[in-house]
Amino acid sequence: MKKTVFLGALTVAGLAAGLVSAGTLDDVKARGTLNCGVSTGVPGFAEPDANGRWQGFDIAVCRAVAAAVLGDNNAIQFVPTTGKTRFTSLASGEIDMLARNTTWTLSRDVDLKFDFVGVNYYDGQGFMVKASTGITSASSPEIDGVTVCIQTGTTSELNLSDHFRSIGMSYEPLPVESGSEAVANYMAGSCDMFTTDRSALAARRATQEVPTDHVVLPEIISKEPLGPLVRHGDNEWGDVVRWTLNALITAEEFGVTAANAEELSEGTNNAEINRLLGSEGTMGEMLGLDADWAKRAIMSEGNYGEIFEANIGAGTIIGLPRGVNAMWTDGGLIYSPPFR
Amino acid sequence: MSTSISTERETFRLSMLLNDKRYRSYTFQFFALLVLICIIAYLGKNLVENLAKAGLNISYGFLEDPAGYDINQRLIEYNSQSSHLRAAFVGVLNTLLVAFLGCIMATVLGVTAGILRLSNNWIVAKLMTIYVEIFRNVPILIWILIISSIFMGVLPQPRAFRGENPEATMLWDMFAFTGRGVYTPGPIFFEGSLVVIGTFLLSIVSIFAFRRYARRKLYSEGKVIKTSWISLLLFFIPTIIVFYALGSPIGLEYPELKGFNFKGGIYARGSLISLWFALSIYTGAFIAEVVRAGIQSVDKGQTEAAAALGLRSNFIMNLVVLPQALRVIIPPMISFYLNITKNSSLALAVGYMDITSTLGGITLNQTGRAIEAVLLLMLFYLAISLSISAVMNVYNRSVMLKER
Amino acid sequence: MAENNASFVRHELIKEQVPPVSQRGVVKWVSENLISSPFNVIMTLLSLWIIYSIIVNSAPWFINGIWDAKSVRECYDILDGVSGACFAVLKERFPQLIYGFKYPPTEYWRPNTAVVLLLAALAPVLFRKLPQQLLGFSAIYPFLAYWLIWGGTPLVPVIAFLGLAFGIYCFRRFSARSFAFGVVIAVIAASLFWVLGGYLSEANGTFLALEAVPSRDMGGLMLNLLLGTIACSISIPLGVILALGRQSNMPIIKWICVIFIEFIRGVPLITLLFVANVILAFFFPPDTSIDLILRVIIMMTFFNSAYIAEVVRGGLAALPTGQYEAANSLGLDYAQSMRLIILPQALKISIPGIVNVSVGMLKDTTLVSIISMFDLVGMIRGPILATSEWNGVYWELFGCAAAIFFVICFSVSKYSQWLERQLETSNR
Repeated sequence: MKKTVFLGALTVAGLAAGLVSAGTLDDVKARGTLNCGVSTGVPGFAEPDANGRWQGFDIAVCRAVAAAVLGDNNAIQFVPTTGKTRFTSLASGEIDMLARNTTWTLSRDVDLKFDFVGVNYYDGQGFMVKASTGITSASSPEIDGVTVCIQTGTTSELNLSDHFRSIGMSYEPLPVESGSEAVANYMAGSCDMFTTDRSALAARRATQEVPTDHVVLPEIISKEPLGPLVRHGDNEWGDVVRWTLNALITAEEFGVTAANAEELSEGTNNAEINRLLGSEGTMGEMLGLDADWAKRAIMSEGNYGEIFEANIGAGTIIGLPRGVNAMWTDGGLIYSPPFR
Repeated sequence: MSTSISTERETFRLSMLLNDKRYRSYTFQFFALLVLICIIAYLGKNLVENLAKAGLNISYGFLEDPAGYDINQRLIEYNSQSSHLRAAFVGVLNTLLVAFLGCIMATVLGVTAGILRLSNNWIVAKLMTIYVEIFRNVPILIWILIISSIFMGVLPQPRAFRGENPEATMLWDMFAFTGRGVYTPGPIFFEGSLVVIGTFLLSIVSIFAFRRYARRKLYSEGKVIKTSWISLLLFFIPTIIVFYALGSPIGLEYPELKGFNFKGGIYARGSLISLWFALSIYTGAFIAEVVRAGIQSVDKGQTEAAAALGLRSNFIMNLVVLPQALRVIIPPMISFYLNITKNSSLALAVGYMDITSTLGGITLNQTGRAIEAVLLLMLFYLAISLSISAVMNVYNRSVMLKER
Repeated sequence: MAENNASFVRHELIKEQVPPVSQRGVVKWVSENLISSPFNVIMTLLSLWIIYSIIVNSAPWFINGIWDAKSVRECYDILDGVSGACFAVLKERFPQLIYGFKYPPTEYWRPNTAVVLLLAALAPVLFRKLPQQLLGFSAIYPFLAYWLIWGGTPLVPVIAFLGLAFGIYCFRRFSARSFAFGVVIAVIAASLFWVLGGYLSEANGTFLALEAVPSRDMGGLMLNLLLGTIACSISIPLGVILALGRQSNMPIIKWICVIFIEFIRGVPLITLLFVANVILAFFFPPDTSIDLILRVIIMMTFFNSAYIAEVVRGGLAALPTGQYEAANSLGLDYAQSMRLIILPQALKISIPGIVNVSVGMLKDTTLVSIISMFDLVGMIRGPILATSEWNGVYWELFGCAAAIFFVICFSVSKYSQWLERQLETSNR
C-alpha cells in the first residue's frame, strides 16, 4: 500500500516536471515571472537604483516582454550576469532571454546556438582618452605602446587586438572584470585609454566629474549591433521576444506612445496601428498571446523612441544622440518588418 | 570436550551476505559501487540530453584555433594569432610565477613575524599580533582588492615622471615605482654570458660538495672545518674573475620613460605585484602562527639538555631546536603553499592573466566551451596540487620522527 | 649572662626596601621590554615609527570623514581638497550592504531575528556548560530560520521537521535489529512523510504565510552568512561520513572517499563555483532549473566537507588504538562502536579544527561575487560602485567589509582558542 502511494507520488512529480517543459513561453506563463539576464551595471542601459529597481535601456526590453506575456512589467526576475556567465546562463535555461548589450556575431548565433531576435542599438567600439594626453586619433603613430583598459569576455577584446594588428602598433591590454572597475582603473591612470562600445563610453564619460576632461576618439573600429537574444530552437519564444521589440519600433514609427496607446487601441483609420494594438487581425493569437499584448508592451515604458529618450537620450545625463539609431524614416537604421 | 575449531567450510547461504561480517562488507561495497555507477550514469544521461537539446557537443578542437586576444604578461612567445592552447600555457606559467613568488615572500614574512611574536620586545610582539589577527580574519579577496586599490591610488602614474619638474622621480635612476607596476633594471646577455652563468652554477655546486665533505670529516674524524668563509669566497670569487676576464658579458638595461610607459628593464605589472603581495601577506599571517607554535612546541628541557651536553648556542638551535620545530612546521606549510597556488586563481579580480583568467576566463567567454575549459582548469590545479604535495611529502618523510 | 642577651641575631626582618629606580615600575618594564639590547632599541624605534606613520596618515582621513552627503562628488565638495573619507556611502547604502538590494525593507526584522535566534541556537552547542535541554531549540532552529528568511507558509518547514522526527523515531524503533536496516527504514519513512506532507503544504500555501522572498533576492552580508552557515552545517555530518569512509577497510568505499576528498581539496574553490555557475545545470534533468544559490550551496558544501573530513580524520587518527580494540572487545558492532566510543572522542579533539575550517568557509563565501552574485563584496563591486553617485569610494566600502568580516571571524577564532584551552585542561 505504502509502496503504491510512494510510486504514485513519484509518477505525479515526474509528470508535473514533464508538463512544465513544454516550451519557454509556457514556462514563463506557468511560472508567472520572466527570468531576464542583464548586466551587473552599465549606467543608462541597466543599473539598479537606490531602491533596487532595475532601470535602463536594456531593462525596458525585458519589461516590455514581461508586460506582453504576463501583463505585468514588474513580474521579472532580473538575473545579473557577467561577460563570462551570460551565455551559459541562457544555454542552461536559467534565464529566458538575455538583454545585456550583447553583440550579434556569427559565432554566437551559429556556434553557441543562440538566436538574436533583433537589434535595439547599433553601436561600434571606440576609445576614450583623457583630454590632457593630447591624443586625437586611435590610429596615429603617437599611440604606440599605449596601455588600454578593457572589459574581459567581450568582443571588444578581439576587436582591439585586430585593430592594433592592422595599424601595426604595440599596446598593453589591462583586462578588467567589470565595466565600472575598468573605468576606475582608467580614472586612476592605470591605463591611458579605455575602450568599449561607444554608447557605454558616452555613458561612462557623462558620469565623470568633469566630462569634458575626457575625449571619445573619432575612430569606430567595429560594428556592434546589440540586441536581445534567446536560445536556439525555441522559435515560439523567439518570435514573442522578436515581435515585442518590433512592436516598440513600429509604435514609434506610427506615433503610438505610452500615453496614447490606450486611446488608439479603440480603433483608428490606420490599419497597421489597429493590427499592432489588436483592434484588427489576430496577431496576438498567432504568437500565443492575447490581442492586447503589444499595447501592454508599449504602455510599459513607452515606444522605442520614448525608451531611448528616457534612458540614454539627449535629455539624460548620458546624452547620446539618436545617430544611426534613428528611425529609418529619419535616415537611421531602426526598422521593423510590417505587422501584417 | 571438543575444543577444536571446526575447520570445515560452512555452506554459503544468501542471508550471510547481510549477517556475516565476512561477506557483509562485500555487500556494502557492491551496493556502494552500484549507487555510484547509477549516479554517474544518471548525471551522464542528463548531460548528454541537455547537450543534445542545446545543440552543443564536447570537443577540444577549440584549443587549436587562434585565440584572438592579447595577453600583457607573457613569459613565452605569444600573440593574438597563437592558439588557445598556447594562451593557456601562458596562463599556466603566470600562475606558477605568482605562486612561486608568493610562497617565498609568505615564508619570509611568516617566519619573521612568527619569531618576532615571541620577541621579548613588547611593542614588536604586539604589532606582530595585530598583523596576524587582522590579516587572518579578513577574506583574501578583500585583501586583494584593497591592496590593488592602494597600489593604483597611492603610487604615481608614469606621466608624473615626465616634464621639466616631474612630480615623481626614479629611485637612483634605476627603479620606477608607478601605479602600473614597478620597473627595475634587467640583465642583458652578450656573448660569453653563458660561461659566467655556468661558472656561477658550478661554484654553487662546489659549495654544497665542500660542505658535505666537511660534514663527513666531522662525523668520521671529529675534525671541525670552518665552512662559512670558504663558502663565501667560492660564491663570489670565481664568478667575478670570469665576469671580468670575459669583458663584462652581462650588462644592465635601465628602464626609460618612452611615450606612455617606461621601456626596457624588467616590468613587474601592478596586477602581479598586488596579487603577489596580497597572497604573501595573507598567507604569511597563517605561517607566522604555525612558526610560533612550532618553536613553542619544543620543550625547554631540550634546550637545557643540549646546553648541559656542552653544545654552543648556535649548535643548540641548529641541531636540537630547529629539527624538532620543523617537524611541527613543515606539514602545515605544505598546505599553505598549496593554498597560495589555489588562491592565485583569484587573479581575475585584479586582471592578472593567470590560467583562470586565460583558459577559464577569456577563452571560455570567447569560445563558449564552458565544460571543456573548466574541466581542463580543474585538472591543471589538481595536477599542481598533487605534485606539490608529493614533493613535500617526500621531504616531510625525511624529517619525520622515525617511529619504532 | 647579661651579655648573652645582646643578640647577634635579628629578631625582626628588615623592612622591604623599595627596589632601585632601574629595577621597578615603568623604568624596569621599559628597559627589559623595549631597550634590553641595541637590536631591541632599533626594533622599538622602528615599530614606533610604523605606528606613528600609520596614525598620521590615516587619522585625518577618519576624523574628516563625511557622513552626510548624497554622492561622492558632494563629499569632495564638502571636504574641499582636504583628505577625508566619504562615509556617507555607508550610511546611505547600509541596508544594501547587509541585506542586498532586493530584500523587502519592511521584512528586515526577519533576517535580524534569524541571526539573534542563531546565536541562541548555537549557544548550547558552543558552550557545554549551558543546560543541554536547549539543544532541542537548536534542532528546531534550521526550520524556523528557513521560514523566517524565505517566508511562505510555515507548513513547509513544519512538515520537513515532522518528517525528520518521524524518520528518527523509525530509526530508533528499527535500529535495534541492525543499524543499516534502521537507516533504510528511516529514510523511506521520512521521504514518504515529506511527499505526502508536500500535498498538504501546497494546498494551504497561504496559511500563516510571511511574504515569500526568492533566493535570488538575498544579498549583502546576509548572503555570506546564509551560505556560510548552511554549507558548514550540512558539511559537518558529510565530512564525518567521508572521514569514516576514508578510514574504512572496505577498499571500494575507501577509494571513493579518497578520490572525492583529494579532488575537492586539489582544486580552488573558484573553479568549483564556475562548475556551479556554468556546468552544474547541465547535469540536472532537462527542463528543471535549480537556483544558482542552491547550486552554489551544493558546491560549497562539497568543498567544506572535504576539508572537515581531513580534520576529523586527524581526530580519528589521534585516538589510541586501544579505544578501537576496547570497543571491539566489548562486542560492539561497527556502528555502535563509532557512535558510542570513537566519534564522541574524535569529534571532541576535532572541534577547534572544524571551527577553523568553518571560519575559512565563511571568508571564502566572498568568492561568489566573482560569479555575479551580490554578496557583501559583490554588492560593493557591482551595484554600489557602478552607480554614478558612488563611483570611486573604494577604501570606505572595502574597509567596512573588512571590518565586518574581522569582527565576525576574530570572535569565532577567539572562541575556538578558548575551546582549545578548555579541552586541554579536561584532558589532564
